[in-house]
Amino acid sequence: METTIKATNLTKSFGDFTAVDKLNFEVEKGEIFGFLGANGAGKTTAMKMLIGISKPSAGDAVVAGYQVSNQAELVKKNIGYMSQKFALYDDLNIKENIQFFGGIYGLDSKSIEVKYNRVVENLGLQDYAKQLVRSLPLGWKQKLAFSVALLHQPKIVFLDEPTGGVDPVTRRQFWELIYEAANQGTTIFVTTHYMDEAEYCDRISIMVEGEIKALDTPKVLKKEFGVSSLNDVFLKLAR
Amino acid sequence: MSLHINNISKSFKDLKAVKHISLEVKENELFGLIGPDGAGKTTLFRILASLLLPDEGSANVAGFDVIKDYKKLRKNIGYMPGKFSLYQDLTVEENLNFFATIFDTNIEENYDLIKDIYIQIEPFKKRKAGDLSGGMKQKLALSCALIHKPKVLFLDEPTTGVDPVSRKEFWDMLKKLQKKDITIFVSTPYMDEAALCDRIAFINQGEILQVDTPSAIVKNFAKEVINIRTNSIYKSLQVLGKYQYTHSNYPFGESLHYMDSRDDFDPNEIKKHLEDEGIEDVEVQLITPEIEDIFMELSRE
Ligand SMILES: Nc1ncnc2c1ncn2[C@@H]1O[C@H](COP(=O)(O)OP(=O)(O)OP(=O)(O)O)[C@@H](O)[C@H]1O
Ligand SMILES: [Mg+2]
Repeated sequence: METTIKATNLTKSFGDFTAVDKLNFEVEKGEIFGFLGANGAGKTTAMKMLIGISKPSAGDAVVAGYQVSNQAELVKKNIGYMSQKFALYDDLNIKENIQFFGGIYGLDSKSIEVKYNRVVENLGLQDYAKQLVRSLPLGWKQKLAFSVALLHQPKIVFLDEPTGGVDPVTRRQFWELIYEAANQGTTIFVTTHYMDEAEYCDRISIMVEGEIKALDTPKVLKKEFGVSSLNDVFLKLAR
Repeated sequence: MSLHINNISKSFKDLKAVKHISLEVKENELFGLIGPDGAGKTTLFRILASLLLPDEGSANVAGFDVIKDYKKLRKNIGYMPGKFSLYQDLTVEENLNFFATIFDTNIEENYDLIKDIYIQIEPFKKRKAGDLSGGMKQKLALSCALIHKPKVLFLDEPTTGVDPVSRKEFWDMLKKLQKKDITIFVSTPYMDEAALCDRIAFINQGEILQVDTPSAIVKNFAKEVINIRTNSIYKSLQVLGKYQYTHSNYPFGESLHYMDSRDDFDPNEIKKHLEDEGIEDVEVQLITPEIEDIFMELSRE
């Protein structure tokens, strides 16, 4: 098994507040890893360090073969990321977004064109290509943003609450895309507050106040806590 | 009636976002608006909060007309938009104070209304709103919408980004607010929350498809739902996707829910089919449909 993420005592403090406290964990290639926790537990803060946009206060992590503390640029080039808030430019249309992000990732215009056609066909968005992203329903935006995060074929993609506010039908379609990518060997690192989605992960971790308090497959965690659903595992740990 | 919506329509260029919607919401009712992304929920919210003019129709909220009495209306409602606008540079406490002040009240006066939720972010009240986590911002926005004790509270997907424990506490709080004479009109993508409303309306493509209590909606649902557990949900979904009698099949956490295209069938046939295709540990069980099953079905149409 190939390790694609390895965090060692990864820590982040803001003043005297420690948001992420000595995380130690590994994620395997092609794994769907669910990164769960209560509001304010430190998920987004940890993710920002793992993708190289925030420096650890202490500890380190190796992501896609590079160290986040001193090879942040290489980390960024080799991963894909969808943030909790921002994923695409609202005032650009679908094509312009793909051209823009393709450009950032250093793709030439010919391969951008190929990717664009593939994405639009895959998501059935042919009729909407010229529409501003702003006017698309949230769920479609999120599916599009996921495809954009995969444009440069990263080894790992980080998804911060990609299905927050997305309806039940579209959420399931989103997870089909996740499965497809994972089957092709992409490692998926995802946060969610939907416990049915946590069931779709190979392994999950649950963070409480900056620390990982549980980490295993959904099945083992339910057994360990003697409960029948991940919701109950979460309730037991988070308060 | 606390909310009286009469034949409201609204278009944006050639997109008909809301089509002839009429609805009544009773005093102190907890009313849920449920529908897929882009169904027109937010447009309706904005019309009811007097922030957007309808093309036709009329609406009355807590006794005020959304067009003629909009100034009074705004004093009497609380609105938490899906994309809220907190002041990112102000602290948690300053944000809350600001909203209290513009409504001529203060935090102490209505503290018991917001306590259950606010208490979770209060330890961080000196922190800038911009430095809060996503779910913490959501809790602050809700506190701000409530601080003036509105008669009607409009909540557009208030629990997006809120963790499962806090969601439960949040809905316990909504039930308490109801008892304090607040009418609540809420949309949510979480179907377990829809089940907690007194009544819900399903909206799709700008139209209301159904309005009733959650239990009546479940009772009147015509199709049978089979819960299936196997050694591989992923493979089972693929097998059933090709099965000739499948009407629908969707993953539901660690199991999948299946509906058959025939009116009459034996669930054991499905079990046998899965086993013939090499799936193991198959358990099939007829279950009471969940609101989520009905949502999935209505969204297909
Ligand atoms: N720049 C900052 N300054 C001060 N505190 C911060 C800063 N950024 C984050 N925090 C704090 O760190 C903690 C963790 O926040 P983070 O956004 O990582 O939580 P999260 O697990 O992603 O929560 P959610 O589920 O709500 O998105 C919170 O208490 C937050 O307020
Ligand atoms: Mg977060």
